Amino acid sequence: MRHTLAVLVENRPGVLSHVAGLFARRGYNIESLVVGETEDKTVSRITLVVEGDERVIEQVSKQLNKQIEVIKVNDITNEQTVDRQMLLVKVTADQAARQEILQLMEIFRCRVVDIGRRSLIIEATGDEGKIEAVIQSLRPFGIKELVRTGKVSMVRGSK
Amino acid sequence: MDSGAEILVKCLEKEDVEVVFGYPGGAALEIFDALQKSKIRNILVRHEQGAAHAANGYARASGKVGVCLATSGPGATNLITGVATAYMDSIPIVLITGQVSTSMIGTDAFQEVDVTGISDPISKHNYLVKDTAELPRIVKEAFYIAKSGRPGPVLIDLPKDVAAARVEAEDCLRVDLRGYKPNIIGHKGQIRQVVQLLREAERPLLCAGGGVISAGAEEELLCLAEQLQIPVVNTLMGLGSISREHPLSLGMLGTYGLAKANLVTQNCDLFIALGMRFDDRVTGNTKKFAPQAKIIHIDIDTAEIGKNIRVDVPLVGDLKIILKQIIESLEGEKREGSWLTRETLAELEKEAAREAAATPANAPAGSAGPEIYPGDVISALNQLITPDTIVTTDVGQHQIWAAQGLKLRKPRTFISSGGLGTMGYGIPAAIGAQVACPGRTVVVITGDGSFQMGMPELGTCLAEDLPLKIILFNNKTLGMVKQLQDHYCERRHTSVYFRKLPDFQYIARAYGALSLSARDKKELPEKLEQLLRHPGLGILEIEISAEYNVYPMVLGGQGLDEMVFSVPGACSKGGD
Repeated sequence: MRHTLAVLVENRPGVLSHVAGLFARRGYNIESLVVGETEDKTVSRITLVVEGDERVIEQVSKQLNKQIEVIKVNDITNEQTVDRQMLLVKVTADQAARQEILQLMEIFRCRVVDIGRRSLIIEATGDEGKIEAVIQSLRPFGIKELVRTGKVSMVRGSK
Repeated sequence: MDSGAEILVKCLEKEDVEVVFGYPGGAALEIFDALQKSKIRNILVRHEQGAAHAANGYARASGKVGVCLATSGPGATNLITGVATAYMDSIPIVLITGQVSTSMIGTDAFQEVDVTGISDPISKHNYLVKDTAELPRIVKEAFYIAKSGRPGPVLIDLPKDVAAARVEAEDCLRVDLRGYKPNIIGHKGQIRQVVQLLREAERPLLCAGGGVISAGAEEELLCLAEQLQIPVVNTLMGLGSISREHPLSLGMLGTYGLAKANLVTQNCDLFIALGMRFDDRVTGNTKKFAPQAKIIHIDIDTAEIGKNIRVDVPLVGDLKIILKQIIESLEGEKREGSWLTRETLAELEKEAAREAAATPANAPAGSAGPEIYPGDVISALNQLITPDTIVTTDVGQHQIWAAQGLKLRKPRTFISSGGLGTMGYGIPAAIGAQVACPGRTVVVITGDGSFQMGMPELGTCLAEDLPLKIILFNNKTLGMVKQLQDHYCERRHTSVYFRKLPDFQYIARAYGALSLSARDKKELPEKLEQLLRHPGLGILEIEISAEYNVYPMVLGGQGLDEMVFSVPGACSKGGD
């Protein structure tokens, strides 16, 4: 099962490599990893998506907690969360196709952020399902380049 | 204003460091220069790995944090086996390495190596110091992290320019690490469950690991064992936490454990693990481990709970405190007589004795020949050691003979590389132990393979007048590997026979040591006594046959009760 872990760490050089290295040497697989500063500048948050059964995830959490620079590990898999990923995709768009693409993107509430002579760059934000759907819908036009972030998550409510 | 190196040394003094084991070099010039002005003793080793092991032996004998120091590049990489050794055995050491100047870092400068990167997976924590003013905080944290919680090695990498820079550094008075708060006190609800299981159990067994020694919980262990008459087995790291002369002590369990300890483990109905981590050399096949038992796991490291084995009641915290909590919760409840005093023990003892007789490490009953068996050496040594004698070992068959047979009576008297199994550990670890305990006898038990790895440190013994007593089992073979090849490679032996060996007697003399050898069983006790009575460094070489394997042995995939006592197809000298 896929788990989402929210890991608060000291915002210092080398911390990310400690965390990533731990995954490699203990044989755990990271599906995605996003890291960034939080409201407190001395703290970064790493949002990790990890595949594994309960036992593996328990070990992952404990090993993460053992790192001196890790402040807190939260498994938010079963929480009510707002999840977002971001996608940038460069899609082939000649005059004929352009209108159709723009309409499609309106449905998904995506934004066009660059227009070339034969291509568009589209920006999409949403949960994984939406991002996948956007990609599927654009595929027939010809995707020239695609880049996406991992997932960031926030627990709903005042928690 | 002080230089970074001077600040470092002052911080070491504030941590009550009395000795540093080190080896100098270009990037560590400033540090050594500052050290020279300090009252801290500076012991020059012969190889950096020896410095790390000596710090390790010092820490294990004294209970304090051991400190070692090396230069950048090869100096730092030579420490690495010592870092891993300390990490696996949870030994508190602080390693300080010189580093190239910050402006040169990342340029592949002369003797530059990313030692914080290299040591990351095998150290509890590490620091690359970039700002001299941060040194007081970093040193304070390093010592605190090394010795608190589950102890371990912490490395401080100090670039040359940071060591040279002069700043007005403020003292660091307290450690504040929001990501590091070890659990100390046991959870009350869990304690209640433990007490409940202790009351219900008919055949409880305590297993004391290295954590009992690092927590200084030997008195509490003894108190609990005696109060409820629970027998005690030890992991290799836990040897000495209970006297081997105590009637409840059953000795070492594991894949090279004593038959009795293993059989009791497999028959108990409650296994109480204290400060141990269910290493594969302890459990054999985990699926077959203690099949009838509920398992209580008490450890300071949450990550050890459930890592290797299913646990019925986990309990995280400091063992000394938790054992006190358990004893208090028992409210004076006592049991009369151990379950093992009944017929079960007699049965097990009979079986164990029969099996022991069949093991080649012991002389066959009634044998009067001159040949020395490993068991003879350990028995003779048991007659001579006192409760205060410290024994270090290297790694191999001699290590297991010592671990199985020595009558250890106190904690911190058996110092051996358990988790990593590092050959070449015995002599430098003994150096550390001897420096920590100058008045006590320190014996090294080693083999011809390991001795040749640790040999350079004889130079340190010579220069520092360290009177180690080295017992060298010489079978001209890497015996433990040979034994593995006996069992796993159908006795095809590869790379285990030393075609030619140096004359160890000459080597002893070259290092100014008393040089002794024993070939005849009759002269053994006398030679051992001579060695131990000698005021200086001494080496007793004992020639033994390469045919003596270590038994019992639990082969891969087997449970602890599925021990073997000989190589399949080999004729057993036991007679049946």
